[in-house]
Amino acid sequence: MNTTIMLFLLQDGITNGAIYALLGLALVLVFAVTRVILIPQGEFVTYGALSYAMLATGQVPGTAKLAAAMGVVAFGLDLFDARRSLRLKRVLRAFALNIALPAMILALTYGLAGPKTPIGVNIALSLLIVAAIGLFLYRIAFQPIAHTSVLVLLIASVGCHLALQGLGLVFFGAEGLRGPALSNTALTIGPLRFTGQSLAVYGLTIAFIVALWLFFGFTLMGKALRATAVNRLGARLIGIRTTLSGQIAFLLASLIGAISGILIVPITTLYYDTGFLIGLKGFIAAIIGGLVSYPLTAIAALLVGSVEAFSSFYASNFKEVIVFTLILPVLVLRSLAAPAVEEEKD
Amino acid sequence: MSVLLSVSDAHVSYGKVEAVRSVSLEVADDEIVTIIGANGAGKTTLLNAIMGVLPLKGAAAFAGIDMAPLDIEDRVAAGLCLVPEHRELFGTMNIEDNLQLGAFRIPKATAAKSFERVYALFPRLKERRKQLAGTLSGGEQQMLAMGRALMGAPKLLMLDEPSLGLAPIIVADIFRTIGELRAAGVSVLLVEQNAQAALKIADRAYVMELGEFILSGPAKDIASNQRVAASYLGFQHEGTSGI
Repeated sequence: MNTTIMLFLLQDGITNGAIYALLGLALVLVFAVTRVILIPQGEFVTYGALSYAMLATGQVPGTAKLAAAMGVVAFGLDLFDARRSLRLKRVLRAFALNIALPAMILALTYGLAGPKTPIGVNIALSLLIVAAIGLFLYRIAFQPIAHTSVLVLLIASVGCHLALQGLGLVFFGAEGLRGPALSNTALTIGPLRFTGQSLAVYGLTIAFIVALWLFFGFTLMGKALRATAVNRLGARLIGIRTTLSGQIAFLLASLIGAISGILIVPITTLYYDTGFLIGLKGFIAAIIGGLVSYPLTAIAALLVGSVEAFSSFYASNFKEVIVFTLILPVLVLRSLAAPAVEEEKD
Repeated sequence: MSVLLSVSDAHVSYGKVEAVRSVSLEVADDEIVTIIGANGAGKTTLLNAIMGVLPLKGAAAFAGIDMAPLDIEDRVAAGLCLVPEHRELFGTMNIEDNLQLGAFRIPKATAAKSFERVYALFPRLKERRKQLAGTLSGGEQQMLAMGRALMGAPKLLMLDEPSLGLAPIIVADIFRTIGELRAAGVSVLLVEQNAQAALKIADRAYVMELGEFILSGPAKDIASNQRVAASYLGFQHEGTSGI
């Protein structure tokens, strides 16, 4: 192999790795705050990507209606939970969040969708739709069982993944879609050619990591989220609603997923079920980071991306096998290093 | 004096085991009330149930509001705050962040005043404000737990065994601070095994045994009660006294 090929592969690996890093960070975030291993993270990717691709052709994606429908269910759950102290203020707040907000997003989507809609508007609409779905997914599927064990939450998570994937087939069909590129500029350095798209991937990944760092390090809400992750009971005892923390974590995760999707859909054709595999690679990075460490997850994601790039060059048939094998030595090492712990009861 | 917390005929159970049976208590404004009793008497269970961590059967009202429909966070918002036995600090965050989060529910301007007040009560916390909570000594952790609770400007502070596992000199410090809280307009419900120290600062006391209150009254009377003296204060009135 010569240096040029190696550089190409590295570049490819880092571009993919940056996406995996975003997804891995979202997984760590969600797990830390809610103890949910977010299998449907991949669906956020496909929903974001394919909603964007459909909007680019001027169609209204079914995800906008899904968000509205989930809002109605969430509203029902909110009312049921608050049935013993049904105050007007509480009902109005639930209505604004669960009914008015998704209805507005749906109306905006219908109003703005068209073949000539600017890319920026399409991106914003896709992000809004997927963020709403993420928020309501937590409300409907996870908030009622938030106190149960990690295993129960994982099973619910798998259920959500299957349901959302099935709905994805309904909304987007079995055919793959591609979206328009964010920019067509390109930059050549030596033998490497950086497209505007890959530069956007790097830029947004770095921006997101910095933004997350600022959010968790310096804002009260970010600290409250960290506090929930460190000590749930302690957080509740000072009045931090763990349900609010969970909703914010899911909101961030769905936003990150959708952005990742929008970043890759101009590069590769995405199908309704592609997200799962992409999410799984983010998951490997998160596992290597022990589901707790953000920096380790980001580095591991770059490793996963690079290994994937090199193995697709040398043994493309075994690409996925090699990538997923990465997890084995890590699990063995971790199980040797850490003593077995009983799951905490809380 | 108006009643701040009133609990009547409260039962708390773990499955089929009833840990607290038919307990009634009251805490008034600016009052320090203590519940003393041996290990396993149900004191911690009772506090947790009042806070909403465990389900409570019976009537409980705080500042005139029925607490049955309120969850933990609502009770915190109403001005009730528990410093739990295990303190439940955010170990990987520093003192300042822990305190700041204690003021999560109150406006920013009030939080600044809370900082001053807490740092005045516990100057040690101010000196170490950048230190991680997990690396503090037991006494400092207790101070931080109380400080974090006070940041939210509660009306009633419930303290669960604040002296547990601490050196005597620090225990004295903590109890002195609890005494000062009354002046700051905070009522205290104090659960303690260290009955002697608790009875010294409290206005009224309840004695708990096997899930029930067996005695209640002004702290002075309880302290001079023979049975209490024998069981909890470690000396006998008739004949030789000793520890």
